[in-house]
Amino acid sequence: MSTNGKTGKVLVIGGGISGITAAIEASEAGCEVVLVEKRPYLGGRVAQMHQYFPKLCPPSCGLEINLRRIRTSARIRCLTLSRVEKISGSSGCYRATIGTFPRRVNARCTACGACVAACPVQRPDDFNCSMGSTKAIYLPFETAYPLQFVIDESACLGTACGKCLPACPYQAIDLEMKPETMEIDVQAVIWATGWDSPDAATIEGLGFGTCRNVITNLMMERLAAANGPTGGKIQRPSDGRAIQSVAFVQCAGSRDENYLKHCSAVCCMASLKQARYVRQQCPDAQIYIFYIDIRSPGRLEDFYAESQKDEKLHLLKGKVAKVAEASSGGDLVVEAEDVLSGRRVAQKVDLVVLATGIVPAHAEARVEVDGGLRRDEHGFLTSDQPAAGLLAVGCAKRPADVAACVRDATGGALKALQCCVERASG
Amino acid sequence: MDNKDKKIAVWICQGCDIGKSLDVAALEKVATEECGAARCSSHPFLCSPQGGDLIRKDIDAGANTLVVAGCSPRFNVHAFAVDGCWTERVNLRELVVWSHPPNDEDTQMLAEDYLRMGIARAKKAQVPEPLQVEIDKTILVVGGGPSGMTAALEAARAGYDVVLVEKEAQLGGWLRKFSRLFPKKPPYRELEATDLESRINEIEQNPRIRVCRGATIEKIAGQPGQFDVSLATNGTTQKFRVGAIVQATGWKPYDAFRLTHLGYGRSPDVITNVQMEELLASGAVRRPSDGKPAQRIAFIQCAGSRDEAHLPYCSAVCCRVTLKQALWARELDDQAQAYVFYKDIRAAGQYEDFYRRAQEDSQIFFTKGDVVSVEPSGGRSLVVEVRDTLLGKRIEVAADLVVLATGMVPVAADGEAIRRLRDAKAVLEKGEAGAQLQAAAETVEKLQHHGGTDVLRLEYRQGPDLPVLKHQFPDSHFICFPYETRRTGIYAAGCVRAPNDSEACREDAAGAALKAIQCVHLASEGKAVHPRWGDQSYPDFQLQRCTQCKRCTEECPFGTLNEDVKGTPQPNPTRCRRCGICMGSCPERIISFADYSVDIVSSMIKAVHIPDEFEEKPRLLGLVCENDVYPALDLAGLARIAHSALIRFISVRCLGAVNVVWIADALARGFDGILLVGCKSGDDYQCHFIRGSELMGTRSDNIREKLKQLALEEERVRIEELALSEYRRLPQIIDEFAAQIQEIGLNPFKG
Repeated sequence: MSTNGKTGKVLVIGGGISGITAAIEASEAGCEVVLVEKRPYLGGRVAQMHQYFPKLCPPSCGLEINLRRIRTSARIRCLTLSRVEKISGSSGCYRATIGTFPRRVNARCTACGACVAACPVQRPDDFNCSMGSTKAIYLPFETAYPLQFVIDESACLGTACGKCLPACPYQAIDLEMKPETMEIDVQAVIWATGWDSPDAATIEGLGFGTCRNVITNLMMERLAAANGPTGGKIQRPSDGRAIQSVAFVQCAGSRDENYLKHCSAVCCMASLKQARYVRQQCPDAQIYIFYIDIRSPGRLEDFYAESQKDEKLHLLKGKVAKVAEASSGGDLVVEAEDVLSGRRVAQKVDLVVLATGIVPAHAEARVEVDGGLRRDEHGFLTSDQPAAGLLAVGCAKRPADVAACVRDATGGALKALQCCVERASG
Repeated sequence: MDNKDKKIAVWICQGCDIGKSLDVAALEKVATEECGAARCSSHPFLCSPQGGDLIRKDIDAGANTLVVAGCSPRFNVHAFAVDGCWTERVNLRELVVWSHPPNDEDTQMLAEDYLRMGIARAKKAQVPEPLQVEIDKTILVVGGGPSGMTAALEAARAGYDVVLVEKEAQLGGWLRKFSRLFPKKPPYRELEATDLESRINEIEQNPRIRVCRGATIEKIAGQPGQFDVSLATNGTTQKFRVGAIVQATGWKPYDAFRLTHLGYGRSPDVITNVQMEELLASGAVRRPSDGKPAQRIAFIQCAGSRDEAHLPYCSAVCCRVTLKQALWARELDDQAQAYVFYKDIRAAGQYEDFYRRAQEDSQIFFTKGDVVSVEPSGGRSLVVEVRDTLLGKRIEVAADLVVLATGMVPVAADGEAIRRLRDAKAVLEKGEAGAQLQAAAETVEKLQHHGGTDVLRLEYRQGPDLPVLKHQFPDSHFICFPYETRRTGIYAAGCVRAPNDSEACREDAAGAALKAIQCVHLASEGKAVHPRWGDQSYPDFQLQRCTQCKRCTEECPFGTLNEDVKGTPQPNPTRCRRCGICMGSCPERIISFADYSVDIVSSMIKAVHIPDEFEEKPRLLGLVCENDVYPALDLAGLARIAHSALIRFISVRCLGAVNVVWIADALARGFDGILLVGCKSGDDYQCHFIRGSELMGTRSDNIREKLKQLALEEERVRIEELALSEYRRLPQIIDEFAAQIQEIGLNPFKG
């Protein structure tokens, strides 16, 4: 897609929904694309979601279509377990150095799983927010792309152990695989580095890390997911009991001068969505949502309006001051002021979900970029970067829901295409 | 290529347990002796470079059709794709050896049947010849506000010609009226000037953009790549051709006259947020009634929004607009006070910084509550009555000026409603008696208000505008594919799609511009867009056998088919998404694709070996949607979950693309049961072709009739819905169905 027939090349950093979208859209408009993802799989945070709001539809549906587009594309090259180390050059003419970590499993892997029984090592399961463990050799999840096992280098005992090797019928394990580096020349770089959960343990008084039944939105998502640590059953971490009551604490450490000043835009909808999960599994559970403002903008208001018809869903405006264990049984007490009634509330619940929000994943902070990158005071990349052809999309730029990220990434792909066109005609 | 010229080479991969679990030699015999393949070989690891070399040797030696029996077609796509050569993938891995016991008679029969079916298809499927049509790559942008201007500029910068159409005499849309905006850049504290003039200059100086001001669309005929536009400007009509369209027709304010309980229309000092912009821009906020400075300004949020009686949705920007207006009013007069009455302050993301800025001003007061009424009181004031406030009671606040933060209504037309209105009027005009007349009259009454609202004026049988979602927004139903409207090549952007701020609208417009570019780019290669990206097949209509039943025209979700006076469909292939729903609907079976047709699937059904009634081995046919259900089968196989070996699956483009003759064929052939599984239907439908499962549901009434006529049990045909994430349910569904069929007994037509 360029004026003299040469195709341009774009680097997309980050293989979550924004990166996948930017890569596919740019490639279908004619660009060559290299998609770099630090994890062993594509999908980023949406792969961890049980359902999207407001349709309550599974992420796997859209991901399957997108992965089909990637699998059948001749123009997209995906590098997982890879990081961009350096970007040099200037407007429209960049050279990127990409490092790939060894998966220690090669392309012969058919994901049969015979290696798992042989491996003697357990490691915390990061896909499930450490609510469980896997062996050192593991498949991130059943719809992972690429559908290939991976070895956690930090846990694996290496050739000193080697028990997985004879277990594999396809000679797919290579414990001596080495890291690789490559350099590519591109006309544009799209930063789709997404978000992380802030560390909830730093928020004073809300019990994360000290009370066993205080979890985050992301952990709740994993509990509800069929491929999660409990097979989709929402239950208390302390004793595995089904829950009869739950409190969602909105703005936990957000909109707060002492922690995160920004609002994460999606947590109100995330908690309302998760309230539906609870309602579906526990028809009689009492659900409490402690909020400052409920942010369900635009047509998302329909979802909020529908949620408000649930008689066992109680909305309380008031910032939660404290979450503590009520007794040794794991029950919790949530203390807040209900500003609309003026009363102090001490609500006993089985489970507390902290809406801790999102912070930009600082992957890009580790990349050396000629000329640097501009960020706002919250760490998000800004829309205007010093050099043309450096574009931020999705949550790397501002907290947003999936549909907004996909639109943003599509626009970003166009701007990348423009760089390729300018370069070709220059 | 003529089918008789096909030379079929079959390759069976022995890897991934296939060789260990099946009698491969017996499979090879089926391929060559039974099915007449030119040659059949096997290899231990077919996706290896050596395997690839051997396949290429066969092609060099004259094979022009390839059948690869091994892993799922979803994997190793490039390893087995040969340009110009039909490659049929037979799934012996996920669907056979991973989900059935090894070295077992039933498993072997299953594998042999899949091979037969694959070869049957390979014998008839053709590599599609792409449609060669002259494609214009100009992008038409309808609407010259911030969204339209952005779409135009971004498309032009990517090297595309643009025609930008604006109905007013000047570009700019609402941005002409808003001289200052809330901040879109860090630190998100200070108001910004608009950059309208510089944008307009950029547009006027861009040689690729042709601007038509004071213009309205008379009609748009044709299809993507060949949209023929007639534009009226100052009494003259100009005609030109474009390739794709971005609708950025924006919004109008909600009619505040409906908010009499808030005082609008009863006092001149109750104004809307749009009217407030004008006051602020004048340099002094003066009361409309007496011209005196307004010093107690009440802002009422969600005025006629988030309200079932008015606009049920939220307009997303009004909170930030009010924050802007309050700060601006305070800047103009530091004696002024602002009282903001809100339900929730929606300043999300980094806009929290802007909210914080407003809260730092001690003369801006925020009160959460429902405003019950605004009444003129004696003298100058208005009284705002508020309930459920933070103080826990009802309060009354006096104000000089009340600003209603009213919402946005999209400037769009409900294309399908207009079409139903026109059809109903046509019925009335014809004057035929009967129930039809009554129904038509009711429809006209119900839909009257849609008359004359059309915007794009498309010459589409299915209606002149984009179909709309709830609340009349022409948006996509999909979260992951937010630009996929139901009309190929026509994309909505900006506030017409969903209310938003100018920065979000610009981002949205850039995305829409890319989709428009992709569409013309793909159309020039004869390729489909979402979701069958890259598909070069297109529906062929044997019109000489058409009986004008109009089912295809009605059921096509994308308006691909126009109609002549007799009712014969007129296909517009670049509008087509290649779903095959037309093919599924046609009772005469005159529609087909080069690689997917009634005959092809019937041949696959007939290729299955049906044991006679004495062998007590029922046979089930499974027709499954390729988007969610076929991948779910793969996942169940990956998880090594077994399912009944009685069933043979055929992947279809959509449950709507299933022609009911296949069910008749299957029953006639001796199948004992047919299971159809597709995506979720209903309000929150998942079908990417909009209505596949729903159509199969309505067609199933015909099926039930047919079964009754044949004195067969209704239970022999079952329809289920499944999402990919529910793949673990699928083996259960299959096994339950198998058990049920075994209970009912064998098909009496067998043997």
